Amino acid sequence: MILDPKVPPGPIEKKWEDYKFHMKLVNPANKRKYKIIVVGTGLAGSSASASLAELGYDVHTFTWQDSPRRAHSIAAQGGINAAKNYTNDGDSVHRLFYDTVKGGDFRAREANVYRLAQVSVNIIDQCVALGVPFARDYGGLLENRSFGGTQVSRTFYARGQTGQQLLLGAYQTMMRQVGLGNVKLHVRKEFLDLVLIDGKARGIIVRDLVTGQLERHEADAVIMATGGYSRVFYLSTNAMGSNVTATWRAHKRGAYFANPCYTQIHPTCIPVTGTHQSKLTLMSESLRNDGRVWVPKKAGDKRAPETIPDAERYYFLEERYPSFGNLVPRDVASRNAKDVCDKGMGVGASGLAVYLDFADAINRVGEPKIKEKYGNLFDMYFRITDENPYKTPMRIYPAIHYTMGGLWVDYNLMSNVPGLHVLGEANFSDHGANRLGASALMQGLADGYFIIPQTLGNYLAGANLPKVSTDHAAFKDAEAKQREMINKLLAVKGKRPAMEFHRELGKIMWDKCGMARTEKSLKEALEAIPKLRADFWKDVNVTGGAGTLNQNLEEAGRIADFLEFGELLVHDAWHRKESCGGHFREESATPDGEAQRDDDNFCYVAAWEWKGEGKTPELHKDVLTFENVHLTQRSYK
Amino acid sequence: MEFKLKVWRQKDADDKGGFKDYQATKILADMSFLEMLDEVNNELVTKNEEPIAFESDCREGICGTCCQMIDGEAHGPEAATTVCQLFMRSFKDGDTIVIEPWRAKAFPIMRDLVVDRSAFDSIIAAGGFITANVGGAQDANSILIPKPDADVAMDAAQCIGCGACVAACPNASAMLFVAAKVSHLAHMPQGKPEKAKRALAMVSKMDGLGFGNCRNHYECEAACPKEISVEHIAKLNREYGSAALLSDQNPPA
Repeated sequence: MILDPKVPPGPIEKKWEDYKFHMKLVNPANKRKYKIIVVGTGLAGSSASASLAELGYDVHTFTWQDSPRRAHSIAAQGGINAAKNYTNDGDSVHRLFYDTVKGGDFRAREANVYRLAQVSVNIIDQCVALGVPFARDYGGLLENRSFGGTQVSRTFYARGQTGQQLLLGAYQTMMRQVGLGNVKLHVRKEFLDLVLIDGKARGIIVRDLVTGQLERHEADAVIMATGGYSRVFYLSTNAMGSNVTATWRAHKRGAYFANPCYTQIHPTCIPVTGTHQSKLTLMSESLRNDGRVWVPKKAGDKRAPETIPDAERYYFLEERYPSFGNLVPRDVASRNAKDVCDKGMGVGASGLAVYLDFADAINRVGEPKIKEKYGNLFDMYFRITDENPYKTPMRIYPAIHYTMGGLWVDYNLMSNVPGLHVLGEANFSDHGANRLGASALMQGLADGYFIIPQTLGNYLAGANLPKVSTDHAAFKDAEAKQREMINKLLAVKGKRPAMEFHRELGKIMWDKCGMARTEKSLKEALEAIPKLRADFWKDVNVTGGAGTLNQNLEEAGRIADFLEFGELLVHDAWHRKESCGGHFREESATPDGEAQRDDDNFCYVAAWEWKGEGKTPELHKDVLTFENVHLTQRSYK
Repeated sequence: MEFKLKVWRQKDADDKGGFKDYQATKILADMSFLEMLDEVNNELVTKNEEPIAFESDCREGICGTCCQMIDGEAHGPEAATTVCQLFMRSFKDGDTIVIEPWRAKAFPIMRDLVVDRSAFDSIIAAGGFITANVGGAQDANSILIPKPDADVAMDAAQCIGCGACVAACPNASAMLFVAAKVSHLAHMPQGKPEKAKRALAMVSKMDGLGFGNCRNHYECEAACPKEISVEHIAKLNREYGSAALLSDQNPPA
């Protein structure tokens, strides 16, 4: 089936403006009669909750965490892009649009990306109005910096904690609505299932994580802003609780999952030290503005980095990509780091690391200036590794960081299930096959502050939504199904903790479907994952009961979903025989080793339909057309 | 490395709770404190015992989820460090380590080391924001903010809402938490129109939720993983004082 993305007609610069005029509106007095459920309180969920409540809707917001402020958006370090052109270096809405489409390796929908670039300027205005303390110069104006993959300075930042400050801004403005009684906040409630009535999303089942009770909540529309699925790789930079459960279970209720194989490997993370490791830590990409990436020219050179003379160092990004140098996009930087390590030039105990060296920058501008820019990152590095990066280069290696795939949505950010809207990292749109730095925060807030408040009204005004009760059979069935799943997990009573299966799944995903993928490795993964899943259901041990605060049970449920979802991710990677962005198929490379797209056969979004366990998912195509940015081979040389 | 752990176990809010001893073996200096607890928990599950309930999420010191009293100190022995960023190299092989939850009337214990900190969210909902609906914002550069003001605001805004300040305070006061938000927003021109209302509402909410009074012990500053200064408490006192005396805002009943 060919999917209809419902992109409005007209020239790209006019689409959003015209569309807003043609959308149906909900009468202000009627808005409070519509009950909206928002799942997730990161940038997208908080900003959507706040802005919908400001419009007058009856908003009910859910998070599994103890407070909405804990959402993983808080960990974003580097910054947020906006086409303000405050630096007079040639930026514009069109350039941000162009960079994002090209950076995504021509696998994003043009109209969505253009709209994102347009509203980017409003996001900064809104955040400043909410009191976000962005960096400023001595004249009191906002500071900008450049960020991986672009040649203009369009990134706004708040020290190395931009995500934290943007999230707190959105959280505070949502909490104002909580105080006013317009948002009803439900914390420590985990989404377990989506409830469909007459084919429309009309409610959710959640588990109260303190009492263990299952609850039914009905609504006129459901918005999911539940983040990405990086932790299918076990080790990633994502928080321990980040999971795929909400989007995966919505998928099993009929929502299509798009492009799951587009995963982003971030080049600058602290390398792995051992099997005990629970997660990886990112060092912001902004460090590549001042740090130089290198390895010793001689494989196996074990000398201390400071003692290796310049002539014996291989500054591989600067040499291979003279025009972008250390600022090449993330996928390119990551693959090159892997390449030099595969050739034996890697450093550190494992040999799986490269140097990120600040010695030149410190000589040029002095240690205090570097400290002002990156102090908290340097401190974090020191705390974790016990090495002082002011004196010796950092060791870094790529790690899974972000996922571009997600539930399929149309131009309205609505999935193929009427009434189910998906925002932020949880949807697939805007970033194509590779996300540029400082674009995730932009997308989360664009979706929540500016897009969903418009498009949701259009849906509600045009949909026939009779009142539904939580006594409806669909609610009873969904609750019974979840109770059964919980009992099934508790009944296995095997010998092994759930996290051991998670770690094994992660190893399969990283080794067979990580930075480089081949027909052979993917076939192997497709055999290994169902086996591991079967082992899990035979031998997992979930202690405790269903009626209490039971973290073991929560974790096991999420891992069970990863064990199913991982297979879909690999299946998608296997089907896409081209290389594009973060998805690198070794069989599809240019003579000099860069990703080779196959536009004749794969210029589409792959949206997968769930057909039941053990059955092959069905492919639906959302065909991409490029009318404003011409399809070309990406080059950063 | 090997450690003897004395860990607070408590089934639920109504249970009395008590310490239980555990042995942590085969621990590496490069493990984080929470990874050490992960190992202990895995062993407990393998022995079919219930693991120790504790919370964490980002494990990079920014989300504020993790919260443990370690040997009587909030977030453990290192300065400017959350539990998740504490590494076992900070301890000596063979040490006995005592692990407890935050203890404060306003943060009831839910299970083991898990406490309910939703009181902080209630304080923010009472006034910890700037009223600015989406749609009306002017260009971001149309109001200049002197760099020193922006820097002080950012120093305060770094608060991660972990509650260490409350846990470390002999009176379980939330003054540093409230002060950080009041100071952040009062230093921004956008936050000035409602600063009197904000200070009064947040302090009144804090008092109503059962937090204690500030007696200038400064334990909060010492425990704060983000090194938020008690100077912000002075700022809060000035804001509150001038609001109570000079503004036409009455403290909420």
